[in-house]
Amino acid sequence: MEPVIEFKDFSFKYRAQTEPTLRDINLSIMPGEKVLIVGPSGSGKSTLAHCINGLVPFSYPGDMTGTLRVGGKNPSEIGLFGVSQIVGTVLQDTDGQFIGLTVAEDLAFSLENNLIPQEEMFVKVDEVAELVDVKNLLDHSPRELSGGQKQRVSMGGVMVEDVEVLLFDEPLANLDPATGKRAIALIDQIQKNRKSTIVIIEHRLEDALYRDVDRIIVVGEGRIVADASPDELLVMDVLKEQGIREPLYITALKHAGCSISAEDKPQHIETMKLDAYQKSLQTWFDRAEPKEKKARSASALTVEDLYFSYVEGKPILQHIHFDIKKGEMVSIVGKNGAGKSTLSNLICGFYKPTRGRILLNGEDVAPLSIKERGEKIGLVMQSPNQMISKPMIYEEVALGLAVRGVPEEEIKERVYETLKICGLYPFRKWPVSALSFGQKKRVSIASILVMNPEVLILDEPTAGQDYRHYTEIMEFLKNINENFGITIIMITHDMHLMLEYTDRAIVIADGHLIADDTPAKILTNEQIADKAYLKKTSLYDLAVNCQIDNPSEFVERFITYERKQRAAEGKENPENG
Amino acid sequence: MAKILSYEEKDTWIHRLSGVTKLIFFLLWCVVSMMTYDTRILVLMVAFSLIVFKISKTKWKQVGSVFKVVMVFLVFNVVAIFLFSPEQGASIYGTRTVLFHIAGPYDMTAEQLFYELNVVIKYFTIIPTVFMFLVTTNPSEFAASMNKVGISYNVGYAISIALRYIPDVQGEFTKIKHAQEARGIEMSGKASMLNRIKSTSSIIFPLIFSSMDRIDTVSNAMELRGFGKHKKRTWYMAKKLQRNDYLTIAFTVIFAIVALVFTFADGSRFYNPFL
Repeated sequence: MEPVIEFKDFSFKYRAQTEPTLRDINLSIMPGEKVLIVGPSGSGKSTLAHCINGLVPFSYPGDMTGTLRVGGKNPSEIGLFGVSQIVGTVLQDTDGQFIGLTVAEDLAFSLENNLIPQEEMFVKVDEVAELVDVKNLLDHSPRELSGGQKQRVSMGGVMVEDVEVLLFDEPLANLDPATGKRAIALIDQIQKNRKSTIVIIEHRLEDALYRDVDRIIVVGEGRIVADASPDELLVMDVLKEQGIREPLYITALKHAGCSISAEDKPQHIETMKLDAYQKSLQTWFDRAEPKEKKARSASALTVEDLYFSYVEGKPILQHIHFDIKKGEMVSIVGKNGAGKSTLSNLICGFYKPTRGRILLNGEDVAPLSIKERGEKIGLVMQSPNQMISKPMIYEEVALGLAVRGVPEEEIKERVYETLKICGLYPFRKWPVSALSFGQKKRVSIASILVMNPEVLILDEPTAGQDYRHYTEIMEFLKNINENFGITIIMITHDMHLMLEYTDRAIVIADGHLIADDTPAKILTNEQIADKAYLKKTSLYDLAVNCQIDNPSEFVERFITYERKQRAAEGKENPENG
Repeated sequence: MAKILSYEEKDTWIHRLSGVTKLIFFLLWCVVSMMTYDTRILVLMVAFSLIVFKISKTKWKQVGSVFKVVMVFLVFNVVAIFLFSPEQGASIYGTRTVLFHIAGPYDMTAEQLFYELNVVIKYFTIIPTVFMFLVTTNPSEFAASMNKVGISYNVGYAISIALRYIPDVQGEFTKIKHAQEARGIEMSGKASMLNRIKSTSSIIFPLIFSSMDRIDTVSNAMELRGFGKHKKRTWYMAKKLQRNDYLTIAFTVIFAIVALVFTFADGSRFYNPFL
C-alpha cells in the first residue's frame, strides 16, 4: 500500500525566518491510520500540519527541500485547492471557521465552491448532518450553537467532500472536558465508519488518548523526536523532555517508583495492568504528606443569594451563594454557557443582579460604580489582545492610574514596582508588539495589578497554552497570590488548573451552584463531574483500580506532592524572566 | 441593537419571493423614483410602497430607529436645497410666485415649495422599499441573487461574511468596553465628548487586534474549503424563480416603462401645475 502522506528528508523555512522551522522530517502515514502529533508550542507541529493541508506553501510561503507527497501527489503541483480535495482540515477555532450564516450553509460551503448543483447539495448536506448529528440544527445560526455543536459542524463541513485524510488542529482547545471527550469519540467513530486517515494535532495527550490511536509522533524543535505506539511512547522519557504533560496516572505511578513497561498497556487507565504496582502505590500513598490546611477567617468576596436574568422568567443564575476568604485561590468551573461569565460580569458591576447581594470585605458593592469596583476587583480577560490598547508597555500599565489622575511621580513608582513583580522590568521601555504571547499576558495582568486590587478575576488564564507556558503563567499567579495576598478567582474549564492550583472549586451548572468543595473531591465525584461537563480525573481511576480506599485523599496527596516538587525545582532554577 | 434592519423570517408572499426578484424590483423602483419628478407618479409610488410595506408585516421596531435617522437627513437635505438654490423651483417651473420675503436674496416661492415637496415624496417612495427589501431577504439568498444578476460572488460573499461576523464583533466590543471601563476609562455620559472620543481608541485598538486574528482564521478556513477555486459557484440558499417572481418582475418592468413614458411624454421630467 502507498502511504497517503509521505515526507522524505523534508525541511521547511518560512520566508520571514532565518532558521528552518522543520528539519529532516521523514514520516509516512498509511491510509486508514490514526495518528496523533504532539509537541510544545513552537515545536513546528502546526507547521507540519500546514504542510499536510497545503497552507504551507500557498498561504504561508517559504523554502522547501526534500519531498512531500499528499495522496501520492506533489502539493506544489496540485495547488491548495487540489490538496483540499484530499485533506480536510478542522481548525482549532471552531467559531472563526464557521463561515455560513446557518449550519446548512456552512456544511454546503465547499460544495458551493465546487459548483455542485443545488439538488445534489441538499442530499449531501442532509447525509453529512446525519453523520455528525446536527440534523435538527440545520437552520440554526452559529450564535445558537454550543462549542461542541460548532465543532461537529466544522467536521461535517470538511467531510461533505470525500476527503481521504481528516486533519484536526487542536480539536480540544476550546471545549470543556466532557465535550472534548465526546469529540474524540466522534472522531474515532468516523474513522471506523469511513476508513478515513485521521491526523490529530494536540498537546493535551491524556484527553486525546481517550480513544485508541495507532501512533504518536512527537515533534520537538522542528524534528521528529519520537514515532511510536502509545503504549511504547508512554513509558519513554521523551514526553517530559519535550515539555508535554504525560497522563496523570503515569506520573503518579512514576512518583511511586514504578517502572512501567509497554506490556502493561498504559494507553488507557481503565484497561492498564496494574497488579504489579498496587503495593508500591499503596506505600507511596501511606507515606505521602496530606494537604496542609490553611486557616482563613476574613471574607474577601461574598455572594449572597444572587439571581440574574435578562428576560423575566428566564433566569441565567439562580440562588448563587458562596464566600471566598482573603488570600484564597478559587476556580469557578462549569460547561460553556453555564453562567460563569455572567457571574464575573455581575461581580465587576457590568450587569446588575435581579436579586441578592455581592459583598467585598463585608460591604455591599452595589453603590459602587464600575470604575470604583475596578480599583478593588480587577478583571483580566482571556486574551491579552482584548485588553492592550497602548503601544508601549509603560503606557499600558500606567493607563489605569493615569485616568484616575494619580500624580506622574507616583505612577512611575507604582508602574516600575508592578513591572518588577511581573518580571517585566527589563522591558519597561519596549513596545508591546515586541513581546511574546505569555509576556503580553503578563502585561495585561500587570496593568490590573498596578491598581492594587484586592481580588483578581481571570477568565481562562491559560486557554490555548502548552504545558510550559501554562506552568509559567500559573506559577506567576501563585506567586502574587502567596506573596502579595491577592485573592484570585479563575474562571476555567481546565481541570488540571483547578486541581493543581486552586484550593477550592465552585461548580456552576445551568445557572445553579451545584458544588463548592476541594477540586480533588469534585473531580472524583462522578455525579457532579457529569452535571458540570467535567471529567473525573484519571488519578481517581488509578486509585480505585489499585484498591486505595480513599481516592480523593489520594488525589489530594498527589497534588501536594507535585506542588512541593515544583517549588523545589523553582528554587533550583529561579525564574529570571 | 442586533435586530435592527436584519432579516426576520416570516411567511408572507413577499418573503417567499426570490431575492433576485426583490433586487430587480428594488433597483428599477429606485431608477424610476430618481428619474421622475412627476408628482402624480410619485404619489402613486408612495401609496404602493406603503401597501407593500404593510403586506411584508414589517414591524416598526425593526426599522424605527433607522427611520428617524433618515428623517434627520431628509430635513437637512430640504433645508440645504433651499439655502443653496432658493430659485431652483422658479427656474424649473418657469413661473415665480412669491409667497413672502425672508431675508436678503431669499424669497419663499410656491414653485420652490412644490419642488421640495417632490423631493420629500421621492424619499418616501424609496424608504419603505429599502426597509422591506432588507428585512424580507435572507442575507445568504441576497448574496446568491447578486451573483445571479451578474455581480461577482466575492462582493456578495463579503456582505454575507460581514453579516455573519457582526454579532461576534459586537459581543467582543461589549466585552472589551466592560474591561476598559473597569480599568477606569469612562464611556458613559459623565465624561466629556472629547474624553469619550479619546477613550474610544482604548476599545478600538484591542477590537482591531482581536478581529485581525479572526480574519486570518476565516480566510484560511475559506481557502481550505475551496473558496475562489472557480469563477462561478453554486448557492445552497438560491431560490428558483416561481410564478409569483415572474409576475412581479413583469409588473415592475411594465410599471417602470409606463411611468417613464408618462413622465417624459411632455418632454420634461417635471409635472408642472403652475402652467
